[in-house]
Amino acid sequence: MREGALLEAHGLTKHYGSRVGCTDVSFDIFPGEVLAIVGESGSGKSTLLSVLSTEMEPTAGAVSYRMRGGSVESLFDLDEARRRVLMRTDWGFIRQDARQGLRMRVSAGGNVGERLMAIGERHYGRIRATAEDWLSRVEIDVARIDDHPITFSGGMRQRLQIARNLVTRPRLVLMDEPTSGLDVSVQARLLDLIRGLVAELGLAVIIVTHDLAVARLLSHRIMVMRHGRVIETGLTDQVLDDPREPYTQLLVSSVLAA
Amino acid sequence: MRDPLVTLENVSKTFTLHLREGTRLDVVADVSFDVHAGECVVLGGPSGAGKSSLLKMIYGNYRCDAGAIRVRDGEDAVVDVARATPREVMRLRRTTMGYVSQFLRVIPRVGARDVVAAEGREGGLDAAAADARARALLALMNLPERLWELPPATFSGGEQQRVNIARGLIAPRRVLLLDEPTASLDAANRAVVIELIREKRAAGCALVGIFHDADVRDAVATRVVDVTRFRARPAA
Repeated sequence: MREGALLEAHGLTKHYGSRVGCTDVSFDIFPGEVLAIVGESGSGKSTLLSVLSTEMEPTAGAVSYRMRGGSVESLFDLDEARRRVLMRTDWGFIRQDARQGLRMRVSAGGNVGERLMAIGERHYGRIRATAEDWLSRVEIDVARIDDHPITFSGGMRQRLQIARNLVTRPRLVLMDEPTSGLDVSVQARLLDLIRGLVAELGLAVIIVTHDLAVARLLSHRIMVMRHGRVIETGLTDQVLDDPREPYTQLLVSSVLAA
Repeated sequence: MRDPLVTLENVSKTFTLHLREGTRLDVVADVSFDVHAGECVVLGGPSGAGKSSLLKMIYGNYRCDAGAIRVRDGEDAVVDVARATPREVMRLRRTTMGYVSQFLRVIPRVGARDVVAAEGREGGLDAAAADARARALLALMNLPERLWELPPATFSGGEQQRVNIARGLIAPRRVLLLDEPTASLDAANRAVVIELIREKRAAGCALVGIFHDADVRDAVATRVVDVTRFRARPAA
C-alpha cells in the first residue's frame, strides 16, 4: 500500500449473476480527503459502496485498509468478528434512508450511546454526557434525547445518524446520498454541518451522490461512474469545470444553474 | 536573476464539445512566459482571447493538453501542474498558489469573517493569526464591522467581492492568480486592492492577473503579456 494511504481498492468487480454491478474499480484515499463518486442510478456507485462497506463480497478485487495500529489488512480476509468491530468503531456509514442507519424504536440518546457501548463504554453517566454533547454538535435540542427518531423530521434523523456514526471518532466515513430526499433548506444546513465536521475531525469520506453541487461543495476528488466503470476521475473542480468525457460533459451540462 | 516562480512552456488548450458533434474550440496554443518573484504579469487581449482559461490552467482548474506549467513549491521543488496528480495540485494550492475569482462562491451559513479566516488556516496560519489577519483585511477593505459575522449570501456584489479578495489574499502564498478582482469595486476600494497587490509584490510574490480597468492595470503591472499572440493558428 502507498505510504500515507488509508484505504486502497484494487480492481473491485461485483457481478450479480450475469448482471454487472461494478467493474474493475481502483482508487485510494488518504486521511482528510473527501472522494465523491457520482453517476446516475444504475451506474454502479451504490454497488461499489456496498462492497466497500463489506455488506457484499466482491466477485474480484481487493481492498487494503490501514488499521489504527498501523498494520495494513486486506478487508475481505479479516474474519467476520474483526470486520464487524472495524465497521462499528473505525468506520461510519451514513445512509440515504435514516431508517436503515438508525434504530427507530430506540431513543436518540440510545442510538448514539449504542455505538459507544459497542466499543466497551459501560458508564451510564459518561455515555449520556457524550450523547448529549454529540446531539448538540449536530444541532439537535438536547431535550429530545429520550425521544425516538420516529418522531424526528427527515433532517433531524440525518443529523442523528451523523452523531451516531461520529461518536466513536471513526477515521473513514461512507455516505450514500446523505442529503437527497430532504428539502433544499434542510439540505443546505446538513451539508454545512457535514463540511464543518469533516474538516474539524480530519475525516476521510467516500460519498456517493448524483448531485454535482453536493460533490463540489464537499469533495476534493471525484470519480464519475457509468455502466459500472469509472470513466473519469480527478480534482473535483477540474472534472466539473473542464469535463473531458462525453458522458461527464452531459452530466455537467444537464444541471440547472441556480 | 533567480529562477522564476511560474514558467509556462508551449502550453496549449482545446475544448472538445462532445455534445456539439465533437466541435473543437482552440483556446490558446504555444504559450510560453515566466513570472519571477516581485512581478505582476498582466494578461492582455480582448474578451475571448483565452486570458481566464490560461489562469485556470495555471491553477489546475482547467486541463492543459500540451506543454508544461511549472510552479516552484518551496525552495527546491517544482510541480508541473499540467501533469501533476490531483493530490499534488491540492497540496500546491494549499501551500503556494492562490486564486481570486470575480465572484465569491458562497457557502451557506458561514459568516464573512470565518469565510476569510478559514482560508488563512487552510494556507497554514494558526487560528489566532488567521482571525487577526481576517479582521485586518476586512477592515482594510472597508467592510462594515456589523457584517462580519453574517453569511455573505445577502451582501451586495461589491461587498461579496471585498470578502472574496480578503479571502484570496489572506494566506501567505507566493503565487497569486487574479481574475478581475477589482471588477465590481468603487474607486476607494480599487485603491486598497492596488496597494495590497503592491505589498504582495514587495513581499516577493509572483502575480498573474487580468484587469480590464486600465488605471488598475497601469498601477500594478510590471509587464503585460498579450494573449492574442498565442492564438491557435487555423489549420492550413
